[in-house]
Amino acid sequence: MTQLLWDGLFVGSFYALIALGYSMVYGIIKLLNFAHGDIYMLGAFIGFAALTSFGGIPASLSIGALIVVMMLSMLLTGGAGVLIERLAYRPLRGAPRLAVLITAVGVSFSLEYGVAAIAGPNPRAFPVRLEGDVFDVLGARISLPQIILMLIAAALMVLLNFYIQKTSTGRAMRSISLDRNASLLMGINVNAVITRTFFIGSALAGAAGVMAGAYYGKIDFLMGFIIGLKAFTAAVIGGIGNIKGAMLGGLVLGLVEAFGSEWFGGQWRDVFAFGVLILFLTLRPTGILGERVTERV
Amino acid sequence: MAMLEFDDVEVFYGKVQALRGMNLRVDEGEIVALLGNNGAGKTTTLSTASALVRAHAGRVAFNGQDVTRAHPWNVVSAGLIHVPEGRRIFSTLTVLENLQLGGYLVKERGLVAKRIERVYELLPLLAERRTQQGGTLSGGEQQMLAIGRGLVAGPKMLMLDEPSMGLAPLIVNQVMQVISEIRDQGTTVLLVEQNARAALKVTDRAYVIDGGATTIEGSARDLMADSRIIDAYLGA
Repeated sequence: MTQLLWDGLFVGSFYALIALGYSMVYGIIKLLNFAHGDIYMLGAFIGFAALTSFGGIPASLSIGALIVVMMLSMLLTGGAGVLIERLAYRPLRGAPRLAVLITAVGVSFSLEYGVAAIAGPNPRAFPVRLEGDVFDVLGARISLPQIILMLIAAALMVLLNFYIQKTSTGRAMRSISLDRNASLLMGINVNAVITRTFFIGSALAGAAGVMAGAYYGKIDFLMGFIIGLKAFTAAVIGGIGNIKGAMLGGLVLGLVEAFGSEWFGGQWRDVFAFGVLILFLTLRPTGILGERVTERV
Repeated sequence: MAMLEFDDVEVFYGKVQALRGMNLRVDEGEIVALLGNNGAGKTTTLSTASALVRAHAGRVAFNGQDVTRAHPWNVVSAGLIHVPEGRRIFSTLTVLENLQLGGYLVKERGLVAKRIERVYELLPLLAERRTQQGGTLSGGEQQMLAIGRGLVAGPKMLMLDEPSMGLAPLIVNQVMQVISEIRDQGTTVLLVEQNARAALKVTDRAYVIDGGATTIEGSARDLMADSRIIDAYLGA
């Protein structure tokens, strides 16, 4: 039971990191960025390339190396996100939303097969694994690196929340998602803020990619597809466009999957995830924390 | 000295022409009204000045600087602030956050806080509601917030689009009162109004625009006695 809780929360924190980028981008330009899952895949491959180029890493240093590589991967995936927005989405600002959506699917394929062309189509074994001392906490077996990764994920989310709630740029992100023209009248350079949003969202996905590589031990160029759909599900569960909702949705989805596959069998895992998506879209499309404000005119 | 100047400005929305050779001049320290019916081009004039809309021909200058091809944030940092029609309050942000966004381009952090304090003095009801979501305010309160948000930018000139829209007569008077106080503190004001009677009471001068160009111009006192204005905009 505690083991299930722990596994659910652990996987859920990956989902949450990816769902955040999904939700931030949706909030600010109303685009379902289908390439977002592939940014996560790109993050995993950048981590793989960096760790392999370091050569053999002693197990005692693996967590330190992982953190350094994670930061590198965040910078590069953040840059990739900015580039994608600049090249693929910005020229379509003001175009019908369907056109941008299809472009996002195109970007997704470009990333997947671009990585396949460079790194090869076969799955790769991640050079660093999360093995370490295992603790017994209330019946659950938890390893130290797992705890560290989860703490990093939590720290990233706390930082992000502070950034969005308390800084001037964070306020600008929220105002643009509510009313773009009024934000322009505040003197906000909307394009610059959108660029920053893509950087942050993509960097978080890159961090999740490195974490997932270390946790599952195996990466391949299509790994972003299903996780992208799961992150989308998590964002919808929490209330798309809502930052705290994305975090909550990720954790909820992780738990639903963990308990569902325990009780009904692992083959039902994805059925549970997408069943929950359909349930929410039907019964509560605004999600758990969907915007509720009474407006008076 | 001219604060805002339009020279033969033409604006199109697709194939529809909204401004046809618009000419306008607002001098420093003045409070000028822009009157006219729906669709005459009042809002387009303000949106062109704040660079939300691009002029296809002609020239817009603010404070001696050509802003015809500027970005909206350049116009804001030059000191020309547009308080849009319908208030456009950020509904899920608090009153304080709305005011802080008004000072988005102000580099000095202390200055924004100081200006917000001054806005609270001018509009005490905003101080009481500082932690409330903007969308929960009444229409009149939202209008005060929209004006206050404009003031936090430290404007040289404020352009107000239909601040009286949808407000009860008593509230309209309060809003107009605040607008003349702002002018008295040295800010130039361009006031767009359908409510010509209320606008002419607080302004020095007014333009009437029709079909995308100014047709009548004069002092507020003269216009109030002008039969064309009385018939068309003030009612019998």
